[in-house]
Amino acid sequence: MSQLHVRGLRKAYDGREVVAGVDFELRAGECFGLLGPNGAGKTTTLRLCLGLTEPDAGEITMMGHAVPRHAREARARIGVVPQVDNLDPDFTVRENLFMYGRYFGFSKKIIAPRIPELLDFAGLTGREHSRIQTLSGGMKRRLTLARALVNDPDLIFLDEPTTGLDPQARHLIWERLHRLLSDGKTIVLTTHFMDEAERLCHRLAILDQGRVISEGAPRQLIERHIEPQVVEVYGEGAQAWARQSYRHAQRCERSGETIFCYALDADPIVHELKRHPELRYLHRPANLEDVFLKLTGRELRD
Amino acid sequence: MRRLFRLPSVSKRLLYVWLRNQLVWRKLALPSALGNLADPMLYMLGLGYGLGSMLPTVNGTSYVAFLAAGTVCSSTMMTASFEAMYSGFSRMHVQKTWDAILNAPVTLDDVLLGEAIWTASKAFLSGASVLLVAAALGLVQSALALWLLPLVFLVGLAFAGMGLIMTTLSPSYDFFMYYFTLFITPMMLTCGVFFPTSQLPVWAQATATVLPLTHAVSIARPLMNGTVPEHVLMHVSVLALYAVASCYIALVLARRRLLT
Repeated sequence: MSQLHVRGLRKAYDGREVVAGVDFELRAGECFGLLGPNGAGKTTTLRLCLGLTEPDAGEITMMGHAVPRHAREARARIGVVPQVDNLDPDFTVRENLFMYGRYFGFSKKIIAPRIPELLDFAGLTGREHSRIQTLSGGMKRRLTLARALVNDPDLIFLDEPTTGLDPQARHLIWERLHRLLSDGKTIVLTTHFMDEAERLCHRLAILDQGRVISEGAPRQLIERHIEPQVVEVYGEGAQAWARQSYRHAQRCERSGETIFCYALDADPIVHELKRHPELRYLHRPANLEDVFLKLTGRELRD
Repeated sequence: MRRLFRLPSVSKRLLYVWLRNQLVWRKLALPSALGNLADPMLYMLGLGYGLGSMLPTVNGTSYVAFLAAGTVCSSTMMTASFEAMYSGFSRMHVQKTWDAILNAPVTLDDVLLGEAIWTASKAFLSGASVLLVAAALGLVQSALALWLLPLVFLVGLAFAGMGLIMTTLSPSYDFFMYYFTLFITPMMLTCGVFFPTSQLPVWAQATATVLPLTHAVSIARPLMNGTVPEHVLMHVSVLALYAVASCYIALVLARRRLLT
């Protein structure tokens, strides 16, 4: 059984279609990523899946329940880590976990034995009586993740789980998500960090202007959309150099002072660059960010 | 659109919303109770004995006893209004507590009505405390005053609903000033809390008859004096109508604000 099945999903606000016909299906035990620039419709898609907003059209089936009609039943088997931390500031760490379990209808007897393992998962053992205000950003995120596990969900939604965290905190969150996947949980996450998506996701859907513009495994997307080699050339002379050496690359893009050369074989480009010691360059394999920028463009999205 | 206006469907999970607020309140119960009790008490005793000593009896009772009945109702109104607006807005908008709860298998209908019942409970405690102090001071004439307990809960629910309407419309805390200045303060002065409405010009009396506090005071005062109030059914119906209608409107507005 598919844990989440979305077909023809549409939602407009003030006549602007934020979600404009989205389809996807989750496989049990996978990590599925929704990628997209700001305003692409990622968060709205999640809200629709959770039954928090009524779609204009389309069908959602989650954990075998039609959403939004039976969203309450579906949410009983779901964990959610929202984009903005909404831990309860009036409660301690322990009380946050405890009260959240109560919202699922669990008795004290059921929740109490779960709390030590949740604290352990969050790396907050010994902090159970701390006030939320005294936790670091990383601790709050981990607690929010632990809170989402209070009902031992089959499917976990994470909306930008590592935005605003330092590298150490991000790595710790990733490690925990890997642990959840190895426990057989299914994960849906939104992100605009390509390294995060590449590292965690088995499959991705790239969203832009409310549509899925490409879908597949990270490696597949790279192979499908982009030349395998990239040379980034920096510096004032980069543009002039690019005009001459354009022919060696399949494709060149400029972003500010930087030239991105995409090529099947980068050797001739690198060879050329060796004769221009004034230019700095970086030769690397293509990655998801290149795909993302190619598909969604380089302009700012606000 | 149709879903915005559909009738509320609630589950027993609304009790957990109530429980959440009650747990937080318990941590701050002492300062909170003091705040909810001290202010009305100061007015009641200060004006009641101070001003009252210069007055003959009002409608056959001492002024302080007259004022005590009004204070039970006005303190219920005040507590409900502050809780529904300032605390409610914190939970809904600032702390995003409602959003967190909505990710669990709890609906917005549960959350909003849980909040309304919680607010009424807190207001009940405030009104009941004033009543208790009034009884201790000998200002309650008969056991009929026990009927004030269900009454203050109903009054609390009516003001909870109206406060939650403001909360669901509000862009910020400042917005609540309109409600207090344009609605709560005029009610304090026209609904018979400090003096009988009969002292007012006719147009003001007519206005007062549609305001919920008037109906609360009209029942509370005779009950505290040991007489059965006139038109009880009418007064209770008006209060119940305010409670039901305001909670429903607040629910529709909450759905519009949070679910679309």
